[in-house]
Amino acid sequence: MKKVTSPINKNQQVITIRGLRKSFDEFDILRGVDLDLFQGENLVVLGRSGTGKSVLIKIISGLLKPDTGQVNVLGCDMNLITPKELNALRLKIGFSFQNSALYDSMTIRENLEFPLARNRRDLSQKEMDRTIEMVLEAVGLSQSINQMPAELSGGQRKRIGIARTLILRPEIMLYDEPTAGLDPITSIEINKLINEVQERFNTSSIIITHDLTCARDTGDRIVMLLDGQFQRQGTFAEVFDTDDERVKAFYNYNFTD
Amino acid sequence: MDPNTSKVKEEKPRQHVLSKRLDRVFGELFNIYAFIVRFFKEAFLPPYEGGEIIKQCYEIGVKSLPLVSLTGFIIGIVFTNQSRVSLAEFGGTSWLPALISVAIVRALAPLVTAIIAAGKVGSQIGAELGSMKVTEQIDAMEVSATNPFRFLVVTRILATTFMIPALMMYMVFIALMGGYVSVHQHEQTSFTTYFIQVFNAVTFLDVFSSLIKSFLFGFTIGVVGCYKGYHSSKGTQGVGKAANTSVVMAMFLIFIEELLSLQIITALR
Repeated sequence: MKKVTSPINKNQQVITIRGLRKSFDEFDILRGVDLDLFQGENLVVLGRSGTGKSVLIKIISGLLKPDTGQVNVLGCDMNLITPKELNALRLKIGFSFQNSALYDSMTIRENLEFPLARNRRDLSQKEMDRTIEMVLEAVGLSQSINQMPAELSGGQRKRIGIARTLILRPEIMLYDEPTAGLDPITSIEINKLINEVQERFNTSSIIITHDLTCARDTGDRIVMLLDGQFQRQGTFAEVFDTDDERVKAFYNYNFTD
Repeated sequence: MDPNTSKVKEEKPRQHVLSKRLDRVFGELFNIYAFIVRFFKEAFLPPYEGGEIIKQCYEIGVKSLPLVSLTGFIIGIVFTNQSRVSLAEFGGTSWLPALISVAIVRALAPLVTAIIAAGKVGSQIGAELGSMKVTEQIDAMEVSATNPFRFLVVTRILATTFMIPALMMYMVFIALMGGYVSVHQHEQTSFTTYFIQVFNAVTFLDVFSSLIKSFLFGFTIGVVGCYKGYHSSKGTQGVGKAANTSVVMAMFLIFIEELLSLQIITALR
């Protein structure tokens, strides 16, 4: 079970979602999702592949538009937000992609400098270098600064992906399948890193995963997405203390097979 | 079975397929139009990506120089050798420099440069943006509050628009040098005499119209490559398709533009 790393402010919601619906062609992916993310909380969204977990965080980050429903992120209504306001909001949201999404043609330094140079024009080159060193040290990869993404392992790429999102000091972190495709040892290291990020940078996070070890080790609260809606909610033990066969099957597949 | 009924049954799906295809064609045309409009809107708004434009100019222009040089030189020699045979029958080989220069400046250099660029640069842009889309690098740019359209698309279209005319002028020079090598070898024409004849034959309108054409070809290659890459479907197959259709569509449009511009220039003359 996850150790408490930072205090959660239950009175302050950083994300509020009510009645969110999203469909693609004739497929209803999200069918009335309600969600609150509190300040300082690590919230894990569990669910099988194709249930709309990634769609949910893409709506939160403004990459997709909701069909209906209210999505409020740090006080901004995503249905009414202007492009300028969305850009300002995105500086407060870090998005760690499933495949890291590092820019192939750039070195690690350039990958990290890219968002900084465009959004923090007030910083000098020296300050930028210091910030890059700080985030690389936070993810434990200071020695990789001049390497190309293709030269890194899957776990290292994930770490650099997280470092790139941290460089703008976001208030909210969105992790899309942070342990997908990694060996168990590297997965545990990434889980540890997610908790360290929460503690050190005081972020509120949504972690999308179908890896129960990741959910157990990182989640302060867990919600389970089934049939386009959140069916279970609570701590890891509470979520799986049920007779619902679908939930039990999910647990058994991860831990007993 | 009633023959009328079977006829109706046969016709129905065919109509459906046709209307679906027409929908797709007009939908695609509208999307390309919207893409071009967006390019003009974004190109004039700050912040300007000067560094990236220079980088793309280097990638597109400088890195194409070896291929353009080789092709241009060979075209100059081959075209001169082939033309000599016909002109020799009338005893008109002294007109070779004038013939070569007009053919190269008016038609060969703009068209061959554009086709080389469509193959090399168009496929490169299509594949690069396609793979960036597939690996979510474009989304990553967007969520880090950077406008990916301005950084990736505007810079590449501007680079192709300005580099293709520059490459075309370079190819004119190289092809004329190739022609000179052949003329000098067979007719013992001096360098000065050759170029005096070349400059006497070429008019301002020839050079100007070829430059305008090359700007248009460059813009077309950039727009098609970026559009296909930026909207490529998911998966490695989507990347391959983006690269392939970028080349095919750009070449098709270049030939149509060449034909239309020929009509306009002939009318102006």
